[in-house]
Amino acid sequence: MARILYFAYLVDKLGRAAEDLPLPAEVADVRGLLALLRKRGGIWEKALAEDRVQVLVNKQFASLDTPVTGAQEIAIVSNAPG
Amino acid sequence: MTVRVQQDVFDPWRELAAHETAQVERLAGQAGAAVVFVGRMRDFSHGTPVTAMRLEHYSGMTEAYLEKISIEACTRWELLDTLILHRFGSLQPDDPIVLVAAWSAHRDAAFAATRYLIDELKTRAPFWKQEQTPAGNRWVQPG
Repeated sequence: MARILYFAYLVDKLGRAAEDLPLPAEVADVRGLLALLRKRGGIWEKALAEDRVQVLVNKQFASLDTPVTGAQEIAIVSNAPG
Repeated sequence: MTVRVQQDVFDPWRELAAHETAQVERLAGQAGAAVVFVGRMRDFSHGTPVTAMRLEHYSGMTEAYLEKISIEACTRWELLDTLILHRFGSLQPDDPIVLVAAWSAHRDAAFAATRYLIDELKTRAPFWKQEQTPAGNRWVQPG
């Protein structure tokens, strides 16, 4: 179970600041996590495009390849407001 | 090296005086230079009035990031001390947002370090800014 945190613009768009999410085994990295969340459709699909967000895993700036297996806290921030 | 992120309004000049008093043993007779940057909230942005601002941060992460750039500055330049104080929460025009200061024996190091700290902070630190304007609220990019 990972704690997912959202900030700023994403809180307004997604309507939540945090959630606890069980990470399926096939979600290995940041790229996979964003793809999983985008499957929710609608605004999730648009707001969490890979080039629109910056992700931090356990409070460290992460890239799309950063592993998320066993991560405690994953923060997602938008780099494309408006 | 001091880093503080707080919701309460602060007076940068009182904070500086208090810091220099607290660090007198480190600074007195040593610090030939103190360079200070104070950032305040403007009442305009991109040609429109701004009536208020909300600053969000990532508690724990933001402080850690500011400590990291302070350590980087101390590694790059010969500094006696640094201070970063930053607001979050609701701000009004003219409120101080950030205070950055660096102390060194000679001025070059303090000037360079202060510039480095404020530039790093503005472009990469985990802060997010929402401006409240007559046309509505908008999130804005750092920079």
